[in-house]
Amino acid sequence: MSNSTAPSANTSEAVRFYIEEDEHAHASDGHDDGHDGGTALGFWIYLMSDCLIFAILFATYAVIGRNYAAGPSPADLFDLRLILVSTFMLLFSSITYGFSMLAMEKNNLKGTMVWLAATFLFGAAFLCLEFYEFYHLFHEGATPQRSGFLSAFFALVGTHGLHVAFGLIWMAVLMAQLKMRGLIGANKRRLMCLSMFWHFLDVIWIGVFSVVYLMGVIG
Amino acid sequence: MSSEAHSNVHEGPYDQKHQRHDDGHGHAGHGTMKSYVIGFVLSVILTVIPFWLVLGDVLTSKQATVFAIMILGVVQIVVHMIYFLHMNTKSEGGWTMMALIFTVVIIAISLIGSLWVMYHLNTNMMPMSPEMMRNVP
Repeated sequence: MSNSTAPSANTSEAVRFYIEEDEHAHASDGHDDGHDGGTALGFWIYLMSDCLIFAILFATYAVIGRNYAAGPSPADLFDLRLILVSTFMLLFSSITYGFSMLAMEKNNLKGTMVWLAATFLFGAAFLCLEFYEFYHLFHEGATPQRSGFLSAFFALVGTHGLHVAFGLIWMAVLMAQLKMRGLIGANKRRLMCLSMFWHFLDVIWIGVFSVVYLMGVIG
Repeated sequence: MSSEAHSNVHEGPYDQKHQRHDDGHGHAGHGTMKSYVIGFVLSVILTVIPFWLVLGDVLTSKQATVFAIMILGVVQIVVHMIYFLHMNTKSEGGWTMMALIFTVVIIAISLIGSLWVMYHLNTNMMPMSPEMMRNVP
């Protein structure tokens, strides 16, 4: 990405993307932590738009989440102990990612990699628990087609799980890049973006376990 | 005086770079070990309490439990925003906060609006008996 240059020298003055600024910052001194202004704000705006997707899914769940169509209700289906464990998996992965960022700031490649691997394992554990839960639900006949409640449930929780899955893919790719290139400026920027993405997913999960699981079981 | 004027004016990439160097470590930076641990401990507490309320059947009133879950959830979201996502009013010249406020407003409108409209749609529907339901085309 940082290799892309303007096609002709004439336009280089007019085209001023963050990339040029970025390269200046990296060339001048090594202490730049990848927290480039343009990228951070742009990624934040992407996260906010992602937030709107989840808001609409939450609204859908809030509207039709009680339409059981004489089918199973949340109290019949959900195992809160399992949800508590998966919540903690996500929480642990958040703090380990934080430690990875702290190691990155100290230019400690090994520490960054180790904490990133720990984050990956906790995230994978969360996803496995979610797969187990979905498998269990399908086994009991609680499929998305069963009722409005289950359609909304699978749309909301499935979208979150999909985000976590893509976050894990991103993390694996980033670990490979760190192994190949080390803690260069571009990799630091990517680590910073993924950290925002990952913490954001944890924020969404707070809403999911509060609204879907806890309030659902209360009835 | 001169540095203050410097950081207020956005003229080109050099000014922005200077601005970042001046106070880059003050606000937009990452957390410290201490802030991450504080955030984590607060999150654990704020996660365990609502699960305990539901699993242990602590509060007799359903409304009170729902209210407590919502309050604790909102507090935990704020904790995550501050300690993990490092939100504050100054980073990126306040634009991240602006984007967040805008998003929260949109979310509030869509959530409250959906619930309001659909609740009235449900309650103002003609009541339907099972016999009528069976004869629906």
